[in-house]
Amino acid sequence: MPPQELAQKLQTQFGALIIALPEFREETTVSVADPERIADVCAFAKESLGCNFLLDITSVDDYGTEPRWTIVYELYGLGHHCRLRIKTQVNEESSELPTVSSIWRTADWHEREIYDLMGIRFRGHPDLRRIIMWEGYPYFPLRKDFPLVGKPTELPEVAFTRAAPLQGGPFVTSAGGKNTIEREPRARITEK
Amino acid sequence: MASIYPRPVMQTKTDFTYDSKIEGDVVVTKLDAAVNWFRKNSLWPMPMGLACCAIELMAVGASRFDISRFGSEVMRFSPRQSDVMIVAGTVTYKMALAVKRIYDQMAEPKWVIAMGACASTGGMYRSYAVLQGVDNIIPVDIYVAGCPPRPEALLDAMLNLQAKVAREPALSSLKHTS
Repeated sequence: MPPQELAQKLQTQFGALIIALPEFREETTVSVADPERIADVCAFAKESLGCNFLLDITSVDDYGTEPRWTIVYELYGLGHHCRLRIKTQVNEESSELPTVSSIWRTADWHEREIYDLMGIRFRGHPDLRRIIMWEGYPYFPLRKDFPLVGKPTELPEVAFTRAAPLQGGPFVTSAGGKNTIEREPRARITEK
Repeated sequence: MASIYPRPVMQTKTDFTYDSKIEGDVVVTKLDAAVNWFRKNSLWPMPMGLACCAIELMAVGASRFDISRFGSEVMRFSPRQSDVMIVAGTVTYKMALAVKRIYDQMAEPKWVIAMGACASTGGMYRSYAVLQGVDNIIPVDIYVAGCPPRPEALLDAMLNLQAKVAREPALSSLKHTS
């Protein structure tokens, strides 16, 4: 079963909810218009389309645009050896969508990681705790508006953080730039 | 002409004197030097392996580079039995206080080697998650450059640490309890 067929079956099942995105380098991507239906779409993809392997869930921060968050699900079928990518967008105000951890158990830790580093919550998740940073860390460090050097925090007996000395350092990004040179200058002169 | 004083008799065969035939010759030294000599030739490491540097640390312990030539083959995973903590790898903020706690649990005298760029300065991780050098939380005696350092570099650090230990005032730095 080619991946385009998977996308078509999703469209016949869910109709206008599924938007086919342009195919890129033989990778098929569909978008789910309503993030609240993502669990239904994923359940159908697993039960009826044979996508029994969830490769990954990632999140994208489109800082400055609304909806801000894009959640990306990478699906794979061990029977038909096809990949399918499902995207859905969540606005910053809610920052919440249903969990798929009841469909694929591996989604448990993927969703915890997204919650930890991006601050997007998954409704119905059995154990939505931080997975990399410690409990009590106040920020979501992979958001685009979080400074790369970090922010000073203090949690007695657990951990502390300090801002890293970047010396105007190399890996500085500024969101909203028109092109890569504007978004990721090699060095930024820090004002003193 | 015989002396009017009686000649002293050397008694080397009694039960109470030093028998050089059995026990070898006597070396005269300073107590400081002797204590330091004991210490520097049995520096037992506390392997604080946190990242890829720990792989090189394992190579140093194995037969090809063989840290036991310098008396440091006894890797102790208990801080109570260790002399030198080798911080091998990236110290994240999540791990930092655990590293400090293990250092605090080590008995005096104790030393620290910061192995590699990450442990020394944070290395390439100019990041929200990484402590920018383990010397922010514990005192470091020797820094080893490299990412990761070659095993020879760590052996060189051990030799440098031995030289440092040999120079220390062992007795006068003892803590007296009154």
